[in-house]
Amino acid sequence: MNDVVATSAPTPASYKSSYKPIWCPGCGDFSVLSALTKALAKVAVPPERVAVVSGIGCSSRIPAYTTCYGFHGIHGRALPAATGLKVARPDLTVIVTGGDGDGYSIGGNHFLHACRRNVDMTYIVMDNHVYGMTKGQPSPTTEPDWDSKLSPGGTGVRSFHPLVIALASGANFVARAFAGDPNGTAEIIAQAIRHPGFAFVEVLSPCVTFRPEQREWKQLAHPAPVSETDDPARAARRIMTDDGFNIGVLYAGSRRPYPARVGAAKKSPADLEAEFAL
Amino acid sequence: MSRVITGTRKTMTQKPVAKTRPVKRTSANDAARKVTAQSGRPNVVAPRSLTVFMAQAWEMEIEAAQRYSDLADALETHNNPEVAAMFRTMANYESKHADEIRATMGWSESPPLTQRNTAWPNYEAPETTPVDDVHYLMQPWHALQLALAAERRAERFFAELVRVATVDAVRNAARELQAEEKEHVALVREWMKKVPKPSRDWALDPDPPRYTD
Repeated sequence: MNDVVATSAPTPASYKSSYKPIWCPGCGDFSVLSALTKALAKVAVPPERVAVVSGIGCSSRIPAYTTCYGFHGIHGRALPAATGLKVARPDLTVIVTGGDGDGYSIGGNHFLHACRRNVDMTYIVMDNHVYGMTKGQPSPTTEPDWDSKLSPGGTGVRSFHPLVIALASGANFVARAFAGDPNGTAEIIAQAIRHPGFAFVEVLSPCVTFRPEQREWKQLAHPAPVSETDDPARAARRIMTDDGFNIGVLYAGSRRPYPARVGAAKKSPADLEAEFAL
Repeated sequence: MSRVITGTRKTMTQKPVAKTRPVKRTSANDAARKVTAQSGRPNVVAPRSLTVFMAQAWEMEIEAAQRYSDLADALETHNNPEVAAMFRTMANYESKHADEIRATMGWSESPPLTQRNTAWPNYEAPETTPVDDVHYLMQPWHALQLALAAERRAERFFAELVRVATVDAVRNAARELQAEEKEHVALVREWMKKVPKPSRDWALDPDPPRYTD
């Protein structure tokens, strides 16, 4: 059918709030916001059925820029807050957003256990390999030879490999996207939202202020040469041997999500209190 | 098979960045350089009908308008009202073009996604200004330079579609839109003549946001 028919489905604009982002002009996070709103329009879940939860950092400001329910929490603790929310309100689509410092360092332990628990939510990490909000300290994903006044000669510390960690810890969906490709990122986020269980999307999101050389990522990012797999061993081999710029869904597993029991929240506060009574 | 419409684009912001800090080669970048950049990007694909083509053209205008609007917001937030106003003007132009396409096709609302989902020759629609091509100290001349680049990409895109189209109606419509984009290129060039060129040290900030250099 080639004819165009009118549609009143939600558009990306339906998910964008009137608050203007305060990110530096040129920041990759603008594209991720655009991709997120496009993805939500694709899955067509109304804004009032979505909760966006974040920690602290430049990228963690995203909830305010959407019309969805938002929770801008404390540093590194977005995932436990989101886990609680999803368990209590399994009817909501829960999206967790943050950066590499928030997610892999301060919240590193929560990251492992969120993957392990496999609660049905989507975790989007805008990875720029630097702490941008606090003015350019090396983060867990910073290359060991990145030289700056705050890390003369580089840290010499091996970079954290979030995709491998996610896979090994039990994430049910592992993907890498690139902020310079907001439409492709939207596709991946939409797929992540639809996929049951804990879906992890790492978005390479350049920091033009503290890592201007990341503008080069536009030339380096490329579609993953292989299609997604549900075999964790194959996925692990691919992820361990790739160049860090393979874009696409790298693993889509079939592990059963943590059973967020519908109806569990029907207990009254008094019932709950009684359970804890000595 | 047609070739991807590309063209080396020197970003305006690379200049000030290079002045203050040379691009560093890191181990991750070095490893990735071995892979052909943007390999596997699709070529321009001729739409199968006029309806699909116009839906894609509409999407191209909408995406350009949205991006200009986002850039205007960003520059406004960073106290650069002059450039913000210019981006806002461009967003309005692109929105008008999108409305014209909708009126031409008699669509009362947005065409559905299934008709659009275009495989653009690059990451984004040809008329969309890349989000990282801006700088907080940029001047109106820079904004026009970005607009010129966007219009030229759009013109080349439609020219390529004229070449590869297999349906007459699509080819004719692409030719029309190519002519329109050509007009826009000329208009932006005229506009640029009225705007002063920035000085060499336009990006010099005595109180820069970062102190690590």
